[in-house]
Amino acid sequence: MQNKSTEITVGMFVAAGIAALFMLAMKVSNLAEFTDETGYQVIAEFENIGGLKVRSPVTMAGVRVGRVADISLSSENYTAQVTINLYGKFDKIPTDTSASIYTAGLLGEQYISFEAGAEEEFLQNGDVIDLTQPALVLEQVIGQFLFSKAEGE
Amino acid sequence: MIGAIRSLGRWGLGVLERLGRGHLFLLQILSGVPGLFTRFSLVIQQLYSVGVLSAFLILISGLFVGMVLSLQGYNTLVDFGAEESLGVLVSLSLVRELGPVVSGLLFAGRAGSALTAEIGLMKSTEQLSGMEMMAVDPIRRVIAPRFLAGVISMPLLAAIFSAVGILGGFLVGHGLLGVDDGAFWSQMQVKTDWYDDVINGVIKSVVFGFVVTWIALFEGYDATPTSEGVGRATTRTVVHSAFAILGLDFVLTALMFGEE
Amino acid sequence: MPLIKIRDLHFSRGNSVIFEGVNIDIYRGKITAIMGPSGTGKTTLLRLIGGQLRPDRGTIEVDGQNVHQLSRKELYELRKRMGMLFQSGALLTDLTVFDNVAFPMREHTKLPESMIRDLVLMKLQAVGLRCARDLMPSELSGGMARRVALARAVALDPMMIMYDEPFTGQDPISMGTLVNLIDRMNDAMGLTSIVVSHDVIETAEIANYIYLLSGGKVIEKGSPIQLKHSSSLWVQQFMQGLPDGPVPFHYPGDAFADDLLNPEVTT
Ligand SMILES: Nc1ncnc2c1ncn2[C@@H]1O[C@H](COP(=O)(O)OP(=O)(O)OP(=O)(O)O)[C@@H](O)[C@H]1O
Ligand SMILES: [Mg+2]
Repeated sequence: MQNKSTEITVGMFVAAGIAALFMLAMKVSNLAEFTDETGYQVIAEFENIGGLKVRSPVTMAGVRVGRVADISLSSENYTAQVTINLYGKFDKIPTDTSASIYTAGLLGEQYISFEAGAEEEFLQNGDVIDLTQPALVLEQVIGQFLFSKAEGE
Repeated sequence: MIGAIRSLGRWGLGVLERLGRGHLFLLQILSGVPGLFTRFSLVIQQLYSVGVLSAFLILISGLFVGMVLSLQGYNTLVDFGAEESLGVLVSLSLVRELGPVVSGLLFAGRAGSALTAEIGLMKSTEQLSGMEMMAVDPIRRVIAPRFLAGVISMPLLAAIFSAVGILGGFLVGHGLLGVDDGAFWSQMQVKTDWYDDVINGVIKSVVFGFVVTWIALFEGYDATPTSEGVGRATTRTVVHSAFAILGLDFVLTALMFGEE
Repeated sequence: MPLIKIRDLHFSRGNSVIFEGVNIDIYRGKITAIMGPSGTGKTTLLRLIGGQLRPDRGTIEVDGQNVHQLSRKELYELRKRMGMLFQSGALLTDLTVFDNVAFPMREHTKLPESMIRDLVLMKLQAVGLRCARDLMPSELSGGMARRVALARAVALDPMMIMYDEPFTGQDPISMGTLVNLIDRMNDAMGLTSIVVSHDVIETAEIANYIYLLSGGKVIEKGSPIQLKHSSSLWVQQFMQGLPDGPVPFHYPGDAFADDLLNPEVTT
């Protein structure tokens, strides 16, 4: 009744489908990065985060050390509260590290870059980063440039 | 005037009645699905005729769609000096949209029409009613395994379509157009999200598989038992499936990617 | 007490009335024939007995159970004890002859494969098609398909079998064998048989009792001998296959001879 070659080809078909899904998971999408997302969280307050999004990368000297986990607005002083998830293996980041928001390329996506400080103590879960530099908003920059040009003349 | 209104009413009632029967039919199928897990060989046979026999078509179509996407995308991106984003363009278009939709349409044409014709013919040659008289429920024995096989096959086919398409896009992008392979893959990885893009695409393909198989089986089961009736039912399967896929794709896309 | 008791059966399809007040008793261990002109609803009657169609009025009892008041599960249990030979054979076209006969056994019993093989070969031997077991239904002639369907109908050793035109499409030899087979099976297996047929001579040979249906009613009933000597012209015409009588073959009009001899006569 049940044809053996039918079973084999069906098995191959299912395996191919699962392999395709696996490829989509590991090679095409960022699922591989979820695995090392355990670590610790710190909070940074920014005046303006520009186009920063949840899951934007956080880098230090160009090396990815974590991701943005959450963004909220502080109701006291109207600053952006950015919760950053740092990977567990980067546990020697000084407490006086400063965080800036940069843009990858002229129109690329925005990310947070850490600049290491000199403190002997390291960031712990729940710490707050005080030294922050807001995102550069292109319209503002152009506006300032035009303004200063006009003044100079 | 009155006649026109009356025929409109009759048409509307007919549509409603068919919809009702279709849903009852679905309930009957679903109640037959749990029993299949003790007789999985029935489903395996159908996985062969519904899935394996569609795989080749999906494979080839996926490859070419990916290659064309890559060619077209490159020509646009290169004007902005953004050809590194070619990988992203190919992967997002395939994983989110083209994978589920195009493989769904191909599935409806290849497997859906075959299912309708098969069931319709079984009905017109009294095989279904013969089974009933042998105390074998044709919905459980014949329809439900085909339904489950369709629902399982479709996401696998869509995944194969997308994966092969991305490979095709890479072959053209890297091999023919000279896009840096590191940039191709790494940009793709950064911008393609597992949950938002891949999983949502898989959900779409499951929904399409469900709906197409349901339509195909219902059209066959409800067909007028003549050769003309079965022919018409087969056509209806392909047309209705295409409408259902495109309509549902819009709704699902709005739900999934709408609020960001 | 009859095995099947049909009382006051009414059934219609759309506007056409098929049965109006039919009463039939079918006794255990007997062969009962149902005869009637084409399109009177003989197949419909069998489907009503099998519970595939629902009467508009009246009751059908099989083995003491009212077929149309059973739950789905009870109805399926009852059907396991009913065999039915479809007019078209209704073989499953994607299975071989062997698998077709084995189908009800595999669906309803947990018999080991070796035993199923023996049983299937036995049934196929009885209909003379043991060596055709590896053919597909599309490779069979109409008559052969009917015989495979017969083997399948008795696969589960039912208490009764309904034969819908078992003799059509059979050559004289296999027709003789089939008539014989139905008769023998009825005796040997203690079956109750209902035979729907147009073949008056063959049917009269084996039937214990005959019902004649026409126009939605039972026209006549009785043993073959009683029917042969029936005074009703209608019955005489049907039983002897006369071309004209109360059931007209010709469209009403002048006699043929008159037409030929008097070409100028027009009425
Ligand atoms: N599915 C159906 N829909 C509508 N009418 C039907 C259907 N099936 C049968 N009929 C009608 O019911 C009547 C009885 O049909 P049935 O098949 O029972 O006749 P029958 O006595 O078996 O004839 P035959 O000896 O030619 O097989 C016919 O007049 C037919 O037109
Ligand atoms: Mg008939």
